[in-house]
Amino acid sequence: MRDTTTSAATVDGAAQAPSVLRLAGIHKHFGGLHALDDVSLELRKAEVTALVGDNGAGKSTLMKVIAGVHPPDEGEIWLDGEQVSFNDPRGSRAHGVEVVYQDLALVESQEIFMNMFLGRELRNRFGLLDKRRMKAQTQQILSELDIRIHSAATTVRNLSGGQRQGIAIGRATHWARQLVLMDEPTAALGVQETAKVERTIVRLRERGLSVLIVSHNLDQVFRVADRVYVLRRGRIVGERSIAQTTGDEVVAMITGSQTVAGAA
Amino acid sequence: MSRRRMRKLSTQLEQVKREAPAGALPLVALWHKARVNRAAVSRLAVYPSLVVIFGVFALALRNRGFLSTLNLLNIASQAAPIAIMAVGAVFVLSAGEIDLSIGAVVAVSALSTASVLQDHGLLLGLAAGAAVGIGTGFLSGALVTRLRVPSFLVTLAMMEIATGVARRIHDLQSVSVTNTAFLRWFGSGQIGQLSGVVVWAAAVAAIGAVVYRHTRFGAHVRAVGDSRRAAASGGINVARVRIAVFTISGATAALAGILYAGRIQAAQYTLGTNDLFTVIAAVIIGGTSLFGGSGSVLGAVVGALLLATLNNGLILFGLNVAEQTIALGLIILAAVIIGLREQGE
Repeated sequence: MRDTTTSAATVDGAAQAPSVLRLAGIHKHFGGLHALDDVSLELRKAEVTALVGDNGAGKSTLMKVIAGVHPPDEGEIWLDGEQVSFNDPRGSRAHGVEVVYQDLALVESQEIFMNMFLGRELRNRFGLLDKRRMKAQTQQILSELDIRIHSAATTVRNLSGGQRQGIAIGRATHWARQLVLMDEPTAALGVQETAKVERTIVRLRERGLSVLIVSHNLDQVFRVADRVYVLRRGRIVGERSIAQTTGDEVVAMITGSQTVAGAA
Repeated sequence: MSRRRMRKLSTQLEQVKREAPAGALPLVALWHKARVNRAAVSRLAVYPSLVVIFGVFALALRNRGFLSTLNLLNIASQAAPIAIMAVGAVFVLSAGEIDLSIGAVVAVSALSTASVLQDHGLLLGLAAGAAVGIGTGFLSGALVTRLRVPSFLVTLAMMEIATGVARRIHDLQSVSVTNTAFLRWFGSGQIGQLSGVVVWAAAVAAIGAVVYRHTRFGAHVRAVGDSRRAAASGGINVARVRIAVFTISGATAALAGILYAGRIQAAQYTLGTNDLFTVIAAVIIGGTSLFGGSGSVLGAVVGALLLATLNNGLILFGLNVAEQTIALGLIILAAVIIGLREQGE
């Protein structure tokens, strides 16, 4: 395996898209647990990268480190060529990174439009919430993403699981300027809804955004991703271009049943 | 509300829709919305309740002066300090917290204002009372967020401390208030027939209602109370919001204390002693969730008015203080149970 810490772009030359996010030597401990152990990876512009691994491999922790929810104990985060360090999600958002959390992070007792604008609510010239403008814009975002909800003023509590997922993904895709992190975005969805989410991911790539998706579904990884990283017990044990790997190989890396040449 | 009952109501609605004249449809829709939405039911129940209680008293007590202007103004004046504190409590409960120290802070604020007022004048007197309330609230909020101690424990301790301080300041003596400017603004002063305290309460309620429902801060308070995690990942500074609600609560308690001192032209350690329970009851009756996330400032103010009306009516019925307290406790228990049934799953 290639050493990903020394910017792959320089190795592969002009054929590679520029780097959007680069992690170098990330460590994260929770008490005695070494949740992330020397993790390095690179996400490129307009690429979909999948992060796979068994339960407890550290996938969600890695997402939270990038999002700024858990600052790393050690290591560097580079976003768009700039070294950054976030203490909370506000930092990563300011750099155009949006997250679809596994639990969606929606405020159930508030309306869809308030969730869409959560933390960045629009104000009118009196400094009060501009609910009309937020509602109109939300309605537009929903129809662009083909999320069928008759009113943006519906309270999230009254929505189905699929609709909620749609809101969370719609929010992230609307605000992201660089990178969207998705933690198991289709785990709770049916076939049709899953297809819709996958179309959204493809559209994000067309818009020039990068996507990092955590998924347990290898078929999905091979459908949407350009590149895959495999985590095992907090360590990156492999990185492959989707075009140059097989499901069997990825499974072998996940379970550790095969020693991967050059793995850390 | 059970699903079966909801379905039944929906069919009823369809029927009403077919039969109702076109102009009545918005009303029907509103009614339907209230029926199917639990939160809306508990939020709106306080308004008809006040009308019914008021109507019953108006009929039953018509010969005992219930409807006299003096009595109605009296009810409003009695409700006013409770309503002011209830506005603060709506913010605290909506953020998923509770502030048990408000009643005790009332006494300390009143005593601070009264004692500073005599020697150092109006502004410093007010500043002293306000500083006590705002300072206590801020300290509670800071302890809750920094030390991660549940707010009911922190504010319970604050209540004990404030109660002790109130007794200590003047060794249980009351401090009389003679500053005429103070009494005009915070005491016997009137606008038309309305006493100043009612005007203060109306102003606090209006500002509170707008901030709660129509500002980013209000939305953030409710978001934090609904889900701290969601609020934080939405970039909301959760700690700052939590500290802010306690500070607001302390400020409203201070204002209530200052107004009490103005009304009785004195401050003493017993002021506000029984207010905590009444305030929380007014807020819950007014449709604010005990579990955070949603509420209503106007509902809480009407809740305060409802409790003051009940209290007044029971006195006119001739109940003595002990009986009134029992009756009030039972009524609040019933109201809270109903409120929780509507709010809970």
